[in-house]
Amino acid sequence: MTIERGTPVHPPSTSSIVEAGLKGEPALVVRHLTKRFGDRTAYADVSFEVAHGEVFGFLGPNGAGKTTTVRTLGTLIVPSSGTAIVAGIPLSAENGVEIRQRIAIMPENPGLYDRLSVTENLEYFAALYGFRDAHVRINDALDAVNLADRAQDLCGGLSKGLRQRVGLARTLMSDPQIMFLDEPTSGLDPVAALEVHTLINSLRAKGVTIFLTTHRLDEAEKLCDRVAILNTKLRTVGRPADLRAQLFHNTLQVRTRTPLANPGAFFATLASINEWHSNEPGTYELEVADVKSAAPDIVRGLVGEGADVISVGESAHSLEDVYLALIDDDGNGTAP
Amino acid sequence: MNTFSSARLMAVIRKEMRDYRRKRSIVVTMLILPFMFLIEPVVAIFVVPASSGVSDPRNYVILPVLYLLLIPSIMPSTLAAFTVVGEREQGTLEPLLTTPISQQEFIAGKGAAVLIPTMALTYGVYGLFLLAVEVFAKSVVSSAIFGQGSLLVALILMAPLLASWSIAVGMAVSVRATEIRVAQQLGALASIPPVLLILILAVGVIHPTLAVALIFSIILLGVDVRAIRIVAKMMNRERLVTGSKPSR
Repeated sequence: MTIERGTPVHPPSTSSIVEAGLKGEPALVVRHLTKRFGDRTAYADVSFEVAHGEVFGFLGPNGAGKTTTVRTLGTLIVPSSGTAIVAGIPLSAENGVEIRQRIAIMPENPGLYDRLSVTENLEYFAALYGFRDAHVRINDALDAVNLADRAQDLCGGLSKGLRQRVGLARTLMSDPQIMFLDEPTSGLDPVAALEVHTLINSLRAKGVTIFLTTHRLDEAEKLCDRVAILNTKLRTVGRPADLRAQLFHNTLQVRTRTPLANPGAFFATLASINEWHSNEPGTYELEVADVKSAAPDIVRGLVGEGADVISVGESAHSLEDVYLALIDDDGNGTAP
Repeated sequence: MNTFSSARLMAVIRKEMRDYRRKRSIVVTMLILPFMFLIEPVVAIFVVPASSGVSDPRNYVILPVLYLLLIPSIMPSTLAAFTVVGEREQGTLEPLLTTPISQQEFIAGKGAAVLIPTMALTYGVYGLFLLAVEVFAKSVVSSAIFGQGSLLVALILMAPLLASWSIAVGMAVSVRATEIRVAQQLGALASIPPVLLILILAVGVIHPTLAVALIFSIILLGVDVRAIRIVAKMMNRERLVTGSKPSR
């Protein structure tokens, strides 16, 4: 898979996911899915697959169509075109009840009944799922999110972090094949966010597929096996490390004690440098054909030029850099 | 696989009842309103002139008795108007719709949760009224009320039908409304047709006989079925979540 800026990237095939170490049939198959609201396109021609047990990050700016995509896969919204298979069942209105039996969605706002207690909220949802062992499931779910001691508290009196945990307990209770989590750590303090991360990792270990929508790119990088970046159209899908390598491949960062007098003229003399740019005086990002052969040439050239070289190394890029590079190409990070 | 689950229906009803009980303002409003409507009929039957001056006491008791039909017409509209927009405003609608609950179960559960307390209070107030008539009213008034089968049939048959109408309109408004206050105000308009109907009967444009009560009940049943079908069509998941008509 190669990535070109401004060009949508085709999703990897199932086989590539398996090669990447994620085994089994896809939990989620999305093919050319599009949703329009009148003249407005929420998302268009979205295709990807998510393997069983995978933590899949779904990233994008506000208005990119992430929540609408999740609502579509959760059978709340009917797509304008395209197909999907959710937890092994083709997405259709007729299959809605069966699909919803196999998945759980936690919206950004957990949506709790404030006048009911934590347990009563969970009892209600357990009854809607038709669980006979509701109390066992409720207790297990509350234990998993460390809320057993707050079970009888009214939800209206809980802090945002605790409400988020109740929402998570509700999604855990149904023992879903796929969990859609929309901004699960939004508004949480670092400790509470860390607890959610630990929970997601433990769910991954149990083989639960997690579809994680988040604005926190550090969170996506830390938790997700693969990420997709959506900006109405799907911009890319891949492992964070692969995306970084493919988008920012063969880049050297050179730092000199004092800025070069005429960097343009100097870098033009070095055949191994394809492009260069400088974001701050004395620091240069050099795009080269091959890092290993180019680095010694560049150092020799700089020393010959009389420059005091402080460091030469491969550029470190984060998922945020990938995200910004792709979204910036679409125009200031906003969906059309 | 899309079968109607009575367990899910009961879950919705239980949760709604629990929610009502916890909100004191709902309970107080529910209790006060029917008893307000009880005052006028009770006063009216006690001021009926002595039998010596009354040519036909039935004419004096029709209006107060029909007045009681305002309870099932007006009482459920506020609660029904809250059903969808209330859940949407507090953010509970989307999590609810992501469960296996079907649209039919959702409508039936929400509707029944409004209908049950409405009918319990309506028939409770009817009972109190008839008890007051039996124990305290002049015998001529008492026999005029208990002797008019059409009035009692109208009270018993038309109450759930009028309530169902108000609930259906209230829920339809609730689907379309963007905020609770607007929904509750518009939902109150649902009681206008029943009030007009009661007025027509009360002022004698149509004389309330047993046959008239049955005909009106059948017509109301037809109107209710149609209204519920319209509400069922409106209760599309996409519309409920986005608040706008589904588009392809």
